[in-house]
Amino acid sequence: PNCSGEWSRPATETQDPNSNPVKTEEAKLKAKYPNLGQKPGGSDFLMKRLQKGQKYFDSGDYNMAKAKMKNKQLPAATGPEKSIVTGDHIPTPQDLPQRKSSLVTSKLVG
Amino acid sequence: MCVCSLCVSAPRAAAGVGGGNDFQWCFSQVKGAIDEDVAEADIISTVEFNYSGELLATGDKGGRVVIFQREQESKNRPLSRGEYNVYSTFQSHEPEFDYLKSLEIEEKINKIRWLPQQNAAHFLLSTNDKTIKLWKISERDKRAEGYNLKDEDGRLRDPFRISTLRVPVLMPMDLMVEASPRRIFANAHTYHINSISVNSDHETYLSADDLRINLWHLEITDRSFNIVDIKPANMEELTEVITAAECHPHQCNVFVYSSSKGTIRLCDMRAAALCDRHSKFFEEPEDPSSRSFFSEIISSISDVKFSHSGRYMMTRDYLSVKVWDLNMENRPVETYQVHEYLRSKLCSLYENDCIFDKFECCWNGSDSAIMTGSYNNFFRMFDRNTRRDITLEASRENSKPRATLKPRKVCTGGKRKKDEISVDSLDFNKKILHTAWHPKENVIAVAATNNLYIFQDKMN
Repeated sequence: PNCSGEWSRPATETQDPNSNPVKTEEAKLKAKYPNLGQKPGGSDFLMKRLQKGQKYFDSGDYNMAKAKMKNKQLPAATGPEKSIVTGDHIPTPQDLPQRKSSLVTSKLVG
Repeated sequence: MCVCSLCVSAPRAAAGVGGGNDFQWCFSQVKGAIDEDVAEADIISTVEFNYSGELLATGDKGGRVVIFQREQESKNRPLSRGEYNVYSTFQSHEPEFDYLKSLEIEEKINKIRWLPQQNAAHFLLSTNDKTIKLWKISERDKRAEGYNLKDEDGRLRDPFRISTLRVPVLMPMDLMVEASPRRIFANAHTYHINSISVNSDHETYLSADDLRINLWHLEITDRSFNIVDIKPANMEELTEVITAAECHPHQCNVFVYSSSKGTIRLCDMRAAALCDRHSKFFEEPEDPSSRSFFSEIISSISDVKFSHSGRYMMTRDYLSVKVWDLNMENRPVETYQVHEYLRSKLCSLYENDCIFDKFECCWNGSDSAIMTGSYNNFFRMFDRNTRRDITLEASRENSKPRATLKPRKVCTGGKRKKDEISVDSLDFNKKILHTAWHPKENVIAVAATNNLYIFQDKMN
């Protein structure tokens, strides 16, 4: 073949896991985040997806979570720990979004 | 001849037709702001041509709809060969707040679907996460003048001063395009609506969220039929969600829905009122040795589209587009790799959430070609007959009028050729999730974040 790019075979065609790019990527991920959920793509992801939507500041939850965490920082709801969906991952007052801008005409209208 | 997905194959002699039957895509128009600072509200979230291709609608994250109309080609303006210009714009949805669940309901327009035109007015359905609206877009180019009871300003005339009667006359006025919400279909979805699809009976349509699909009648807003419900009794047992759904283009009893596990179910509404039991189940068997943490995530189907013929359907997962023959459930008949080079980047794509990006796909009018988006403002087209594929880029640099788009190539190996771009240089913030193909002609609309590009085939 005269293509200049690397022809990467689909994962199914190789027997050697070392040359499988996906397995390499998986190993990389597990090395970085050893506590990542046992069920890949399982119900934890889906629960997070179903609960998509900005949860607003709720002072009751916030104070309870703060009490539990004691002096530790409240974790931000980002990063690969996608299995945690509630409780400790409520926005803090600092994370609240800015007030939405007034309704204006789309810039596509030119 | 190299058959890898990275190379544009050498042109072959066209069968039958003299010369080549390759597309020569040229820049036509670009809409939207140029500045680097993209306001979130300006991000385009859906693009859709109407049935004739005369109108092109876009929806954005700010809940606004902009409709463009194609200019009639006229001798007076030969250069504006079928250009799309703004026809109407309106605020379709506004942000809401669900106080019970302490959740914000985004105004982002998830989908727009046109109704077939039945009279002078145009109708479309637009939806956000929770509410679907039917909008009527109508033109007014005349107004009545010479009323008896009110004067031209609209102020009421003193009835005692009226001594004669006159018949109002219709006078031409500047064209005014009005958009008005005719129906609001609300409160039927607990989860987030991902799809709407107008049925071929032109009377009903379906709406799908993560766990349920409802069937509506366009005239009736206070009730809908639930036709699919995959919510488990115990949410701990949840293993898959509905990702997209579509009505068959000709058979009004048939629809399909895709899942996060890479499967598609075809349902027949004649079989039962609740279509939890599918009539057909489409799934490509997976090689167990290739199973990884990413397998299920990248197999999740982000879009499903029937061919215009109704004989095939196409699905888009993270790395590929597959064409399925409705008569064959055990594997697709065609598979096209969109950006296979991302397989070695899955770890970082997972970390930056790009692995969850939902790309759409579309057919051309004759079902001979398919198109889908990628990163770095690249988009890919596949010709099903010749098996040629091409990568093009939507960028301001290639936006000279009628400039032909140059094919782009991504390089994964060490040696990068002059015009190629390496995988590590790709801009993953520039994603083309939404594209649309004119139903009859070779005109395409590509949404690149906050800009809308329109390209036309030179032959056009």
